[in-house]
Amino acid sequence: MGDITPEFQKKRGGGGVDVTNLSAFAAGGASRTQAEIVAIIATAIIVIGGLELALRLFEVPLYIMPPPSAIAMALIKDFPFIAPHLGHTLVELFAGFAIGASIGLILAAVITQFPFSEKIIAPYILLLVTTPMLALVPLLILRFGFGYTPRIIAVALASGPMVMINAATGFRRVDSAKIALARSYGASTLQIFWKIRAPMALPMILVGLMIGSIFGLLTAVGAEMVGGGFGLGNRLTSYSSMIQMPQFFAVVLILSLLGIAIYVTFFLIGKKWASWDA
Amino acid sequence: MSEPKADDQRPKLEIDKVSKAYGDFLALRECDFSVARNEIVSIVGPSGCGKTTLLWSMSGLHGVSGGEIRLDGVPITKPHRDIGLVFQESNLLPWRNLRGNILFPYEITGETPDHDWIAHLLERVGLKGFEDAMPGALSGGMQQRASIVRALSQHPSVLLMDEPFGALDSFTREDMNRLVEEIWLESKTTIVFITHSIEEAVFLSDRVVVLSGRPGSVAAIHDIDLPRPRTDEVMASRQVFDLMNAIKGGIAGARTKAAE
Ligand SMILES: Nc1ncnc2c1ncn2[C@@H]1O[C@H](COP(=O)(O)OP(=O)(O)O)[C@@H](O)[C@H]1O
Ligand SMILES: [Mg+2]
Repeated sequence: MGDITPEFQKKRGGGGVDVTNLSAFAAGGASRTQAEIVAIIATAIIVIGGLELALRLFEVPLYIMPPPSAIAMALIKDFPFIAPHLGHTLVELFAGFAIGASIGLILAAVITQFPFSEKIIAPYILLLVTTPMLALVPLLILRFGFGYTPRIIAVALASGPMVMINAATGFRRVDSAKIALARSYGASTLQIFWKIRAPMALPMILVGLMIGSIFGLLTAVGAEMVGGGFGLGNRLTSYSSMIQMPQFFAVVLILSLLGIAIYVTFFLIGKKWASWDA
Repeated sequence: MSEPKADDQRPKLEIDKVSKAYGDFLALRECDFSVARNEIVSIVGPSGCGKTTLLWSMSGLHGVSGGEIRLDGVPITKPHRDIGLVFQESNLLPWRNLRGNILFPYEITGETPDHDWIAHLLERVGLKGFEDAMPGALSGGMQQRASIVRALSQHPSVLLMDEPFGALDSFTREDMNRLVEEIWLESKTTIVFITHSIEEAVFLSDRVVVLSGRPGSVAAIHDIDLPRPRTDEVMASRQVFDLMNAIKGGIAGARTKAAE
């Protein structure tokens, strides 16, 4: 291996946490005090209530911006009808993301092993990252019809490069001292990959997966808006064309919640498995 | 363990006219000394003079450009089971708790861990009860003690230590030096200890090798004939004062010579 140098990387600061702090260390972070919880709920009430009040006070027409109560009502009343569409969107997201992320991860792992090939491939990856994959959807529909296929391909194309570029950054974070440690026990290249490089890349991989899946969600909805009779994106176009704004915003709300769910999921995974990098 | 008993007189480690080049840059030139069985030898020298380069060659992590390094008479060409390494800064894996870090060597070699021995070592260095702690939550001294346990876990007969306590404050450092002495008195491993602290070198060593830089070569070798254990009283003696001055003078001399 050519990447072994006796110059060791400096550790990030803050190595000297006192042992007596251990319990405070573990308890800190996510847990909130009662006062904080009250403040959070109060703020939510003020924001939503204020919005409701303002929209009614100024008599904003329903087709411009429905008040939160109308959106909530629509969400409850129409959810049985919206739910199957949510299901379709999730299928596209999961399938496309699974394909895109797997390919992205494998490519990142392989390419970073060969710095030379990485230099050659880098511009194309950048091209994939920056190209809005939505632009390709009409083309994909022409080729694959109005079913799941074009959407899944679009999601994979949107999320894969995001996963790859971040994972590659992670895999490139070689710490020569840690690799030397493994080698001093006679570790094979594969062992070095699984026991040093992969865990070291994990925080960046998680960032890539999070960004990739959110991009995937956007792309799935966008693709659904372009064509095909199902999915949350399809609901958005159809509700807006029928000027059913409460329903329209109910779908927007579902999408926001989906995005938040993705974020929280990866945040929790990161906290559990990659908090050492904090 | 496995080597023939008859060879007890032969040096444990022989550094035989070792040179090492990084491309065009000559980092070491004809370094020549040996380390006896159960001896503690320190290598001192200014930063960048090639100490780590030499240690990595001794550990088999990288090859030499000239000469040969022998362990029990056998040339070292790749990492060897009988050599334990303690790195500059603890070099623990931050995503594993202490137990995971200490078992790491066993995971790589596929051997069954010697749990009794590891428990004994943890107790010995005062880390019993911290097996589940993550390295980031421990002090620098505790991290380095864990890395010593890791290095000793597979019963190496040689321990190579690269400025292990360089990042620690002086009080912790003194504790750690005493710990190394105790472990050595108990286990009688052969230790090569790199430091840029002359006091640390004198405290720990049977001999001190002074390395001068550009390219790294042996400038002097000092015998440290002091009784063990090296108490505060011993360390405060006139003899130690003279020794430290002699070593200091040797380093300074080597530097001015290199600068010419
Ligand atoms: N992988 C490498 N490639 C080129 N030069 C190196 C490499 N590693 C170390 N050097 C150089 O070799 C010299 C000795 O380095 P090193 O052994 O780390 O010194 P020390 O440990 O005494 O501080 C330094 O001048 C350093 O810059
Ligand atoms: Mg060094």
